[in-house]
Amino acid sequence: MANYYTDHPEIGFHLNHPLMRRIVELKERGFSEKEKYAEAPVDYEDCIENYRRLLEIAGDIAANVIAPNSESVDLEGPHLENGRMIYASKTFENLEATRKAGLWGLTMPRRYGGLNVPNVVFSMASEVVSAADSSFQNIWSLQSCCDTLYEFGSEEQRRRFIPRICAGETMSMDLTEPDAGSDLQSVMLKATWSEEEGCWLLNGVKRFITNGDSDIHLVLARSEEGTRDGRGLSMFIYDKRQGGVNVRHIEHKLGIHGSPTCELTYKNARAELCGERRLGLIKYVMALMNGARLGIGAQSSGLSQEAYNEAVRYAAERAQFGQTINHFPGVYDMLSRMKAKLDAGRSLLYQTARYVDIYKALEDIQRERKLEPEERAEMKKYTRLADAFTPLSKGMTSEYANQNAYDAISVHGGSGFIMEYKCQRLFRDARIFSIYEGTTQLQVVAAVRYITNGTYLSIMREMLEEPVLGELEPLKERVASMVDTYEKSVAAVKEAGDQEVQDFLARRLYDMTGEIMMSLLILADATAAPDLFLRSAKVYVRMAEETVAGKSAYIFSFDKEELPSFRAVEE
Amino acid sequence: MSLKIVVLAKQVPDTRNVGKDAMTPEGTVNRAALPAIFNPDDLNALEQALRLKDKHPGSTVGVLTMGPPRAGEIIREGLYRGADTGWLLTDRLFAGADTLATSYALATAIRKIGEVDLVIGGRQAIDGDTAQVGPQVAQKLGLNQVTYAEEILKIENRVATIRRHIDGGVETVEVPLPVLVTVNGSAAPCRPQNVRLVMKYKYATCPLERPADDPRADLYAERDYLTLNQWSVADVGGDPAQCGLAGSPTKVKSVQNIVFQAKESKTLTASDADIEGMIRELLDEKIIG
Repeated sequence: MANYYTDHPEIGFHLNHPLMRRIVELKERGFSEKEKYAEAPVDYEDCIENYRRLLEIAGDIAANVIAPNSESVDLEGPHLENGRMIYASKTFENLEATRKAGLWGLTMPRRYGGLNVPNVVFSMASEVVSAADSSFQNIWSLQSCCDTLYEFGSEEQRRRFIPRICAGETMSMDLTEPDAGSDLQSVMLKATWSEEEGCWLLNGVKRFITNGDSDIHLVLARSEEGTRDGRGLSMFIYDKRQGGVNVRHIEHKLGIHGSPTCELTYKNARAELCGERRLGLIKYVMALMNGARLGIGAQSSGLSQEAYNEAVRYAAERAQFGQTINHFPGVYDMLSRMKAKLDAGRSLLYQTARYVDIYKALEDIQRERKLEPEERAEMKKYTRLADAFTPLSKGMTSEYANQNAYDAISVHGGSGFIMEYKCQRLFRDARIFSIYEGTTQLQVVAAVRYITNGTYLSIMREMLEEPVLGELEPLKERVASMVDTYEKSVAAVKEAGDQEVQDFLARRLYDMTGEIMMSLLILADATAAPDLFLRSAKVYVRMAEETVAGKSAYIFSFDKEELPSFRAVEE
Repeated sequence: MSLKIVVLAKQVPDTRNVGKDAMTPEGTVNRAALPAIFNPDDLNALEQALRLKDKHPGSTVGVLTMGPPRAGEIIREGLYRGADTGWLLTDRLFAGADTLATSYALATAIRKIGEVDLVIGGRQAIDGDTAQVGPQVAQKLGLNQVTYAEEILKIENRVATIRRHIDGGVETVEVPLPVLVTVNGSAAPCRPQNVRLVMKYKYATCPLERPADDPRADLYAERDYLTLNQWSVADVGGDPAQCGLAGSPTKVKSVQNIVFQAKESKTLTASDADIEGMIRELLDEKIIG
């Protein structure tokens, strides 16, 4: 029987990474819960086995429930009934299967009913769900909002809300408004404290809210009257059982039809503050977004896999000029690049997830006890790495998902343009990945400081010290020379000393950063598992070389005087 | 009202994915070439049992199976989905059983389990396709039986209301407990394995399944639920002469590959004339005899 996890050993490979020992050690606190919970692991091997079993179940449900439902979900979509959003009928089946399987509250501590798995494992489950239906992945993976509720909510709030998520109630993060998209500082939804009711009341409108009719919402609202910027915003928990929030409209979208995108009206909706006032945007939403960006990375990786699978299958069956089309260089060039982007993007995703896991686990331990100096240093190191890698991985994997979906259609030829084939849905679904949770352009903005301050460069240099498979030595030398070119390119941009030039060229530097980093990661993966990754390593490094040569040429010859030719024309 | 439910389940070779080497030259199933799976109809049966457990708090579901030690996997599969316990009938004396000897063994075990309200099994197994074991068990235990069930709609005052799949439609029947039910493949599919239960029971094994140098031996001593019930002929107080090959009057003479060529089907009524005509035809065609 098909299984989206076991059918792709490239995913499970990442459970073997050396950092997993540290992650498990931190997450399980020395396996101290084994006496209390029958499902808690007794040692490292047992823990990894638990992860594997969880992923096999996710892979089974993805392949045998969610994927067969995906076409019907795409065609039916959700609808509006008396201010309530009703999912597509098969979405309910998907939810039921994930609930029966216990695939909710994955990352939450066991004492609240969770499974205490790290982000690496959550991302893997997320990836296989997305491969089956990325619109359902939205609904399911929003459970990760719970991380923010856990981190910043009170103990009493944790006890009240987290067990409900672990039992399968859904979540949403209500951030965007008609006039506050990428610029969340402009959020206007009003929160007023009511002495009479003894709670906060929310009034206003939110737009583009994914799964907006969820059971438990995290809401960004303006609690400080008279303020206009991010410092006047706080985060609130709205429980649907309270009433006061209605769905006014469900958007008609290009893709991810099964994922309801709602416009919400708040009329004296009773809500409670989560964390401290005024920290809503500057602290909590940033945490929320970082988690969500990792989620989109997983969503992208899953779709990239599915697009590749569809293309490979079709190319092996379709014959023209007397042979199947996968024998033509023009076709296998596409297929091999798709696979290389898939493997490299996935490697970047899990590298990021590992960094996030280590610092988050240490942060959590810090809530229980004072950290040792070396633990504090470790936390600081991995926080910085996670901050640097999250925008890189979100942007690169989401762009790759789009490229793979595009190429999957190209491989299908005319059939790819026909609605009967799955690749058209993948193409439509992928389009939003590089837009929501921060557009690629915003990921570049988030990453640029780590480009200019040399964070990425020093990681590249460090990774170049690692030994690789003999066969890969020449490739590694080419990557080393790419790193030199990269360093010169960054210097050239900095020397220009002009903010507009730097902002304009940042995307080129970002792409170079991503592809060099992934070259180094895929070399390491191919060294550890040549059977799985040797081909992709060879294809990918060559591809990155092409990028680095092109982008650096662009940068080296760029002159500030050229900007007027690019600037928007005033009418 | 809480119920005590026993689910009959069988580990079978996955005959749905048959390759070239699925049969041995001797005409028996080549078990080594086919993956061993939970018999599909039995999964439908398990789901019906688990739904009753959901509806009637305090109910218990146990999975009863017969087979070699590795059939312990069937009990684990049940535990992963919400069953409370299980019993593996395993003994060389049980081996080679036809449907008569199988139903004898199962009936003897159910008697030992005792005070069972419902026995629920799949309609038939995909390796033998006989659909005989369920009814035979009911007969031996003197239980009411409902076959081809699609849904156990409700149980009130110890009366079960069951919807059956019949030719050209459905039929709803009422039957007093205790009852044996065989469930059709068209019934609701079984729920998925539950992550938490898998984590809990993944090392649950019958003693005979365990290697001598089992790395998890320490855990078995600490956690009772990791040791599955394993019963021999003697454990259930069975008569060896009625078990396994010794108790099986069915002898396979030969097995042949047949290719169906007829394109149409015939509909016969339940009249004596039609049945006699059918038997005569089958004898003439040497299909039976």
